[in-house]
Amino acid sequence: MTTKSQALLNWIDERFPLTSNWKAHLSEYYAPKNFNFWYFFGSLALLVLVIQIVTGIFLVMHYKPDASLNAAGVPVAFASVEYIMRDVPGGWLIRYMHSTGASAFFIVVYLHMFRGLLYGSYRKPRELIWIFGTLIFLVLMAEAFMGYLLPWGQMSFWGAQVIVNLFSAIPLVGPDLSLVIRGDYVVSDATLNRFFSFHVIAVPLVLIGLVVAHILALHEVGSNNPDGVEIKKKKDENGIPLDGIPFHPYYSVKDIVGVVGFLFFFSAVVFFAPEGGGYFLEFNNFIPADPLKTPPHIAPVWYFTPFYSILRAVTYPLFGLDAKFWGVVAMGASVVIIAFLPWLDRSPVKSIRYKGPVFKGAIAIFLVCFFILGYLGVLPPTAGRTLVSQICSVLYFAFFLLMPWYSKLDKCKPEPERVTFK
Amino acid sequence: MNSRVIKLIKRAAAVLLLAPALAFAAGAELHLDKAPVSKDPAALQHGAKLFVNYCLNCHGASYVRYNRLQDIGLSEQMIRDNLMFTGDKVGDLMKISMHREDGKAWFGAAPPDLSLIARSRASEFGSGADWLYTYLRQFYRDPARPTGWNNVVFENVGMPHVLWELQGEQVAKISDGEHGKKVELSLAKPGKLSPEEFDKSVADLVSFLVWMGEPVAEKRKAIGGVVLIFLAGLFVLSYALKKNYWKDVH
Repeated sequence: MTTKSQALLNWIDERFPLTSNWKAHLSEYYAPKNFNFWYFFGSLALLVLVIQIVTGIFLVMHYKPDASLNAAGVPVAFASVEYIMRDVPGGWLIRYMHSTGASAFFIVVYLHMFRGLLYGSYRKPRELIWIFGTLIFLVLMAEAFMGYLLPWGQMSFWGAQVIVNLFSAIPLVGPDLSLVIRGDYVVSDATLNRFFSFHVIAVPLVLIGLVVAHILALHEVGSNNPDGVEIKKKKDENGIPLDGIPFHPYYSVKDIVGVVGFLFFFSAVVFFAPEGGGYFLEFNNFIPADPLKTPPHIAPVWYFTPFYSILRAVTYPLFGLDAKFWGVVAMGASVVIIAFLPWLDRSPVKSIRYKGPVFKGAIAIFLVCFFILGYLGVLPPTAGRTLVSQICSVLYFAFFLLMPWYSKLDKCKPEPERVTFK
Repeated sequence: MNSRVIKLIKRAAAVLLLAPALAFAAGAELHLDKAPVSKDPAALQHGAKLFVNYCLNCHGASYVRYNRLQDIGLSEQMIRDNLMFTGDKVGDLMKISMHREDGKAWFGAAPPDLSLIARSRASEFGSGADWLYTYLRQFYRDPARPTGWNNVVFENVGMPHVLWELQGEQVAKISDGEHGKKVELSLAKPGKLSPEEFDKSVADLVSFLVWMGEPVAEKRKAIGGVVLIFLAGLFVLSYALKKNYWKDVH
């Protein structure tokens, strides 16, 4: 480094912790060297967040959160999205990136969470990372839900109507709560405007704050790895973990490979299948919102469907309260229960590599249930489907609630002293 | 004890794998003909002409500007001379002068805007183009309807058979089939076009509606090809870079 730029760096370092932060989080943050494919999805989630924020900024320049009808009888909000798609230069690309980004966000985050489940990344001392992560997931769901109202299509409108109505099932405060959320007695212009405000400012701020907390907590305790052993237990004479390598440049160059690979698949969807077969952009959402015409079948977007199925699976009233209320409770619990994993897993080992057949079987059943619930959530209910979703919901909760017992009983293999690396 | 637990898990997994078969019995079916969607400019221009002549009186395309039709190979002058009647400007949106309230009073429902119809009509039974292609060819005479027309795909539709002078008049023989009502159509009075010519015209019209649903679609795919090739090359480079950096990690 030239003396001039070194002098500038010194000048900054005397006033701002630039070099020390660079070291702490990148060049001297030691990550285990045995990360595998699953470890791409954390940095990819960050990438998608950036894509969503940048494309979102440009969309807001042309989008109008206005439910009133224009001269052609089309809601202004809906027409402004089509204006972006047709008349704004490059608008279609920005919009497809944003709509595909929403689905990509959930794919990446689901894989990221499943990685944690596989390798016990939630176990001590990483409980707070996991709790922040669960909160990120929860906030992400709110962000996606509110964003989905903005194009003001039929599914936007009726999806919001159904979900906001759920809150009215809560005893005492429910009806008032749903009124506050909507700002009106039905989903209307007031709802559109407040969801717009939440979607572009309030929720992203919370999201970014939580992401920072998630990463700070991670860098405080260090990353887990596919073997689930602590690399900090074996250090060299300089106090550097023997199995650790500096994040920069090793993982920065490795993550570039992940980023390019991800962008390949992401672009394939954006450019060749932006509707995602009707799952990323629902066909009915190409019809402007019509408060007088209820679609025969209202399906939430795919990333909500496992939880939506759990909601619909509850069909019995209890303690004099509506089945709908207990459905809402079950749906909320199905997300919140994820946060308790650190205390539910009593296995002597962290990683699936050393866990026994019971835990592996439990994860397999859990995964199958999650997919079936997700699939059932896009379909209209029938008696047979409701029965299947009830069985799957029970198994979903059983995976968590019985974990303290089956994880203890399981016959685990001994963990290695050091990480395994090729 | 462990083997019993495993057996139980296996049994549960088997039940779960069989579950979908139980849950997904078929619902009502909608049989759609596969639309021969064309990207040929001549076909799209013919479709545009049919659209302007037969559809644009009641249905708007209020997100599409007339001069966007340059994308299908027409010049501004050709658009002005052949496709515009209302004294609109060539940069205007394809709106109609009929009021929505009137449309509602006359047809029972305001005729929907057609800009996105080819995208919104897609379903598990087929693409939006398939739906439109089948729908536009399956009108039949029904004296019980106020318009005198009914439709196989869209039962009791408010729209009369606008293309009747081209297709002629079809009549229906309705019987009870295996899966509900079965409708057989036959041509009672021929129109200006032969059945083959009519099918071709409807295909052109549907192709135009598909184009209009997303005018940028072809350009999007062309750019996409370049983007994917670029990313594939970048992937090779980034992988080589990673390999080089990781040489000293053992």
